[in-house]
Amino acid sequence: MNTIDQANAIAVERMIEARPVLVGLGKALDVIPGMHADLLLHAGPPITWERASGPLKGAIIGALIFEGRATNAAEAEALITSGAVQLEPCHHHSAVGPMAGVTSPSMAVYIVENCTHGNRAFSNLNEGYGKVLRYGAYSEEVQAKLRWMHAVMAPVLAAAITATGGMDIRALLAEALHMGDEGHNRNKAASIIFTKNLAPHIAKAAPDGTTAAAIIQALGDNALCVLNPVMAACKAMADAAHGVEGSTLVTTMARNGTDFGIRVSGLSERWFTAAAQVPNGLYFPGFQAEDANRDIGDSTITETAGIGAFAMAAAPAIVTFVSGTPKDAINATLEMYEITVAEHKAFTIPQLDFRGTPVGIDLRAVVETGITPRVNTGIAHKEAGVGQIGAGLVRPPMGIFEEALVAFAERYGF
Amino acid sequence: MPQTLAEIRPGAYYDSVVLMQLQRALADLPGVDDAGVVMCTTANKELLEQSGLLTPEVQAAAPEDLVIVVRADDAEAAQAALAQVDELMARRRSTGGDEDYRPKTLDSAAKMLPEAGWVLISVPGRYAAGVARQALGLGKNVFLYSDNVSVEDEIALKNDAVAKGLLVMGPDCGTAIVDGVGLGFANRVHRGNIGVVAASGTGLQAVTVGIHRNGGGITQAFGTGGRDLSEAVGAVTAKAALARLAADPQTEVIVLVSKPPSPAVAEELLSLARQSGKPVVVDFIGFLNAEAQRGKDAELEGEAIRFVQTLDEAADLAVALATADRRPQTAGDRRYDSSQLAIRNSQFLRGLYSGGTLAYEALLLLQEYLPTVYSNAPLKGGPRLENAHESQGHTIVDLGEDEFTVGRLHPMLDNDLRIRRLHAEAADPETGLLLLDVVLGDGAHLDPASELAPAISEAIATAAAAGRQLSVVAVVVGTDADPQGLDSQIKQLTAAGAHVFTRHDEAIRAVGAALAGGSQTVDGRPQTADGESSTQPAIRNSQLATRNPFAALNVGLESFTDSLKSQGAGVVQVDWKPPAGGNEKLMGLLARMRR
Repeated sequence: MNTIDQANAIAVERMIEARPVLVGLGKALDVIPGMHADLLLHAGPPITWERASGPLKGAIIGALIFEGRATNAAEAEALITSGAVQLEPCHHHSAVGPMAGVTSPSMAVYIVENCTHGNRAFSNLNEGYGKVLRYGAYSEEVQAKLRWMHAVMAPVLAAAITATGGMDIRALLAEALHMGDEGHNRNKAASIIFTKNLAPHIAKAAPDGTTAAAIIQALGDNALCVLNPVMAACKAMADAAHGVEGSTLVTTMARNGTDFGIRVSGLSERWFTAAAQVPNGLYFPGFQAEDANRDIGDSTITETAGIGAFAMAAAPAIVTFVSGTPKDAINATLEMYEITVAEHKAFTIPQLDFRGTPVGIDLRAVVETGITPRVNTGIAHKEAGVGQIGAGLVRPPMGIFEEALVAFAERYGF
Repeated sequence: MPQTLAEIRPGAYYDSVVLMQLQRALADLPGVDDAGVVMCTTANKELLEQSGLLTPEVQAAAPEDLVIVVRADDAEAAQAALAQVDELMARRRSTGGDEDYRPKTLDSAAKMLPEAGWVLISVPGRYAAGVARQALGLGKNVFLYSDNVSVEDEIALKNDAVAKGLLVMGPDCGTAIVDGVGLGFANRVHRGNIGVVAASGTGLQAVTVGIHRNGGGITQAFGTGGRDLSEAVGAVTAKAALARLAADPQTEVIVLVSKPPSPAVAEELLSLARQSGKPVVVDFIGFLNAEAQRGKDAELEGEAIRFVQTLDEAADLAVALATADRRPQTAGDRRYDSSQLAIRNSQFLRGLYSGGTLAYEALLLLQEYLPTVYSNAPLKGGPRLENAHESQGHTIVDLGEDEFTVGRLHPMLDNDLRIRRLHAEAADPETGLLLLDVVLGDGAHLDPASELAPAISEAIATAAAAGRQLSVVAVVVGTDADPQGLDSQIKQLTAAGAHVFTRHDEAIRAVGAALAGGSQTVDGRPQTADGESSTQPAIRNSQLATRNPFAALNVGLESFTDSLKSQGAGVVQVDWKPPAGGNEKLMGLLARMRR
């Protein structure tokens, strides 16, 4: 074992041993480190307003309207371009957000704590389907839903989460993988477990039965309601593996709708970015590839932590997104073992005789084999506010791994 | 107006056999004059240039690019040919959507088949050493078929292997038999009590075939690669292989085959051989003629090491030593009247070989009969053909030499080149006798006689039409268990009018006698059409290998995987691609970061 192998073994051990527990729900301004009143967080690597894609711009506008900082798109744009409000990646603040991932100061965020190593991670609330902020919609309909979620649902949810005494998301995911989820595109089972766990506490914490029913229904109708705490859990696990001197483990993969970016455990906070690709997948009726935005969102944190497309073998129900048969789903997971350094102890796949999921992407293996990580993803319309138009498979551009490898060799004198 | 069109596919990689088969398929299309399908390395660009297929865009392509060039009667035919490339490629494998996973790396293949003790490597030379290092790192023995591996890499790999108690056969090792399973180009032979170490591919094949024919059998037949016995490499693998055979309780007799090694290396090997405590038959081809003679004459009981002159004699003696019958085999009952092969004084022998060692042995044995035999691979100091593509006087040409095979399939796989040469020789009034070797076994052409026999009849007819007599001698190196069927091959060749032999030495002595003095009776006789073998099996207590615990990982030519499967061995094919897409800088970084 050479020094890189040793460093990677330490890093992946930390990723696997991290035990993320959902401990609460708080206001972004109060709980996210470095958050301030004039800051918006977004998915992916750093980006300017000028280079931002349609869905991200729409989400920024929507968030500023939600915050009461702007009443329309032009005012919102002026706030950003003047520098009055700044943009920073969620990833710079221990946070992650699906699709546009825009998180503003007064939004409610899940608080996930890694009980093994003590680090925390955060993610916003999931709005469900249809016209939603994370796809860049910012109409009054979207605003009304956001206001209800924050005024009515968030306080009850916060009390319910506290009342659970902490929900072990790693255990929840492990169970869901045995129920046909892969943790990224398919979160049906995990969302039901999540809702089931919270329901009695929501019933107790809600001011009245109608409110309780509305909240439980909002969670229950949304097969992705658990995605945000799952992403925060994956972030907590990935962060535990970040910053290990001499490690080539990839600890961040994220997209902002324009660029795909990665970070590497042993290369501190440096991003390696290149143009994100358009996912290859199935489109909802009425949409086609020309309508698609480039790949967007922090949800690739799931693959980074060893689930999502890496656990595809566990989710044969969604193989149509990767164009094939259950055997293809198994082969998808088998391929990811080629570029990872370990098999997960907590996440196992029944279809592979309970083999642990492939975890810990080794930069060297990616460059050597030419196999880039697989990512399962939703596909956003390129125009703000249209929403999700499909789902499919995408891979990061190879060049960013090669660039990172060269940087690693320079940094460590290889 | 002939048109040359090229298509470049960046970063695509296919094994060379696949590419060469595609090249042939394209060249066979209507209106197509010539085709080239190669990875765009400098060497391949030179090849394309020689064929007039180097277009400016091909000139600009990178080594990791796949290039497909077609020259056709007109642009339409060229485009039609290029349009068929994908279809022709797809034909090689059924594309069921439910295929088992094909591992992309040796590491994951090793996890899929942990019992695999060997890794077969046939990727392009510049990547081969890297794959071999990985294999050794995983604790696997290596069968390194690839050539163009540097001597430095060879030495480093072999020393690393020895330190780990492993074996590296090769580079440029074409054949071996391990635990009853043939690797690369190998014949199906009985298992038994004779072990072989050979620095020559066809040498190993001819000896194991001879042992099988005589009723003996093989424990292990290790190849070393042609450079192993050089002073630089110091016979690291030959020594390790000898040690394995010495320690193997099943092995009772050892055969050592090589082109002449350097005296220092030879001495070291022979001293090791003596220490083995087992009888060792040595064929240092043409090296120790005097001693070979002495060995023949010596009392067999007293000598641990015995030298022989030919591959067939090595097989004879090994089988004699391996059975209770310790008398040397004699050829006294085998007579062949060489007058059947007599030719006119103004005519010459033309030997068209696919096996390098057989060609070499032919040159050696013919020294007794003919003062001058030209070759593209002459004996030391012997006359070299001015042009390998044109015979001069008596000629033995090795069609497996690089000048014929770079960018083409080996003549054991593809008869095309040899058939064209055969027709050219038949048309030459100077040609009186054609000599061919036909090597059977796994990896070789599936039915060589089906293509060679018609060409032989045609050659004889061509000569007859011109009022000349043309004799054709074919030496079939193969066993009754080989996939081609020895009998069927002999029948087809005999029916075409060839004099068929199964012993190479007999064939050459018959040819030599005929050329030297017309009618004379020599040891040996040709095969009869019903394929009766020239000697009766001496022992029958061994069986052909059927099921076997041998398991291997194959990186490179897929035909090796098919061959292992058909022999009942466990195998996983690695879906190999050049590391880092063939980018030299990244490969260098990765190598340092893996150390």
